[in-house]
Amino acid sequence: MKILVCVTSVPDTTTKIAFTDNNTKLNKAGVAFITGPYDDYALARAVELKEKLGASVTVLNVGEADAEPVIRKCLAIGADDAFRVNAEPTDSYFVAEQIAAIAKENNYDLILMGRESIDYNGGQVHGIVGEMLGIPSISPVMLLDIEGDVAKITREIEGGKEELEAKLPLVLGCQEPIAEWKIPNMRGIMTARTKPLRVVEPVGTDKLTAVGSYELPAPRGAVKMIKADEAETLIQLLRTEAKVI
Amino acid sequence: MSVLIFVELDEGKLKKSSQEAIFYGAKVAGMLGTSATAVVVGQADDTELASAGRFGATKVLHAADAKLNEPNGMAYATVVAAAAQQESSKVVVLAKSSLADAMTARLAGKLKAGLAANVIELPDLSNGFRVKSSIYTGKAFAYNDLKADVKILAIKKNTITPEETDATATVDAFSPALNDSDFSITVKKTEKATGDVLLPEADLVVSAGRGLKGPENWGIVEELAKALGAATACSKPVSDLDWRPHHEHVGQTGIKVSPNLYIAAGISGAIQHLAGVNSSKVIVVINKDPEAPFFKSADYGIVGDVFEVLPRLTKAVQAL
Repeated sequence: MKILVCVTSVPDTTTKIAFTDNNTKLNKAGVAFITGPYDDYALARAVELKEKLGASVTVLNVGEADAEPVIRKCLAIGADDAFRVNAEPTDSYFVAEQIAAIAKENNYDLILMGRESIDYNGGQVHGIVGEMLGIPSISPVMLLDIEGDVAKITREIEGGKEELEAKLPLVLGCQEPIAEWKIPNMRGIMTARTKPLRVVEPVGTDKLTAVGSYELPAPRGAVKMIKADEAETLIQLLRTEAKVI
Repeated sequence: MSVLIFVELDEGKLKKSSQEAIFYGAKVAGMLGTSATAVVVGQADDTELASAGRFGATKVLHAADAKLNEPNGMAYATVVAAAAQQESSKVVVLAKSSLADAMTARLAGKLKAGLAANVIELPDLSNGFRVKSSIYTGKAFAYNDLKADVKILAIKKNTITPEETDATATVDAFSPALNDSDFSITVKKTEKATGDVLLPEADLVVSAGRGLKGPENWGIVEELAKALGAATACSKPVSDLDWRPHHEHVGQTGIKVSPNLYIAAGISGAIQHLAGVNSSKVIVVINKDPEAPFFKSADYGIVGDVFEVLPRLTKAVQAL
């Protein structure tokens, strides 16, 4: 079985976001970039399936050269090889086109990725890839098992969950608790250096959307503190002042 | 060339977030000098469907094929794409949800559409088509220029407050050809909480963290939520410890909510938790630690023991 895991390189979840160049670019100064947290779940499950079923795991990132430490970490965790599509991932349709192009050439049985990236939060790439390849897409996937050519999936829905079955090939957007995040060990880090990382140029040039500028939210006003022994006052304030109940 | 709005049903009724989407779509239609058409998939009676007119839709396309009774993002995308083609729609509007997310992505692929997710304002048409969206899990906003011929806008909940009229929409049956391949995923079992206020749809949310000390203490959270008509939620550690189900976990890697009121009891307010709730209109924090970082992001705060404060709040709500 061949598994493709698509990963993003995103600012660490604790990053305080700031912009530069007249609010047209993310201020990357001092920002640590990590594998998208949801993508980490996808990769961890792919590595588990590799151990269980004897699959191969290929990592794919659409990104510029500064994303390579993230790709190497994925190789250290247990992926066998990697692609980097040498382009800035500006638009979900464009990213999906790159993934679909590589998938068409290599016939993967499973394409896994996080349910969304934590920068643009679009949550769309897996579905567009599924549409481009003419195969089913399912998200957000909480549990995944493979029996023969059938995937047994538990998906989160509003207020509950759904158990599904579908035949491979599939595209899945993953989230916890599909697997425990894996931390690379020293042997993994050493072998990752020698695993193949192919850099390919992007296909297509369509940019259907572009961000013109960014903005930070206005800060909230000062907190109004209420004494614990006058807690009832809060309910009055929520009714008369905030007008939310 | 009408603006098309995908409307979701909840037990035969238009979902509240879809009412917001209809109102938003009708406003965009007004800006573009055209009309708003809603496409509704699933079983609902004509009176309910015609009520889409209250929020600004003039026409409803109703796809009622029994095969569509189960929510199915792939098949729904086929229906909405056919509706967009019939109506020559260049703008498709919908409210973000679990089903809509699955549908939107497939639709964007089918229509080769420019897509903006988590849209929070009406578009600016003065120079192209620019929409403001929430990014970095609510920590920033982006102004997106949609350049494709077809544009899809996925609206974040509570972005716009619909105004209602007494207008009704005409209802037309809509029976597009469905693809067999859209039904290749088999649903084996569905587990859904019933009778409660669903978290992603809730206007009021009462949430609790490890400060509650154990799942056996959740009664005081549920009682306040019940008194308010609110949904209950929890922090990531609580969900990781299996005190509460995953679909109640709000935060960076859980559900993102944007209710009118978010009450956080016994949650310290890690940045990952804030990322899931910072779009709430009013935030109340109750914590016995006066140094809890969450107080910095709150509108109202109470330093106190949740086991004493929550029951007092419940009594005060019941006395209203």
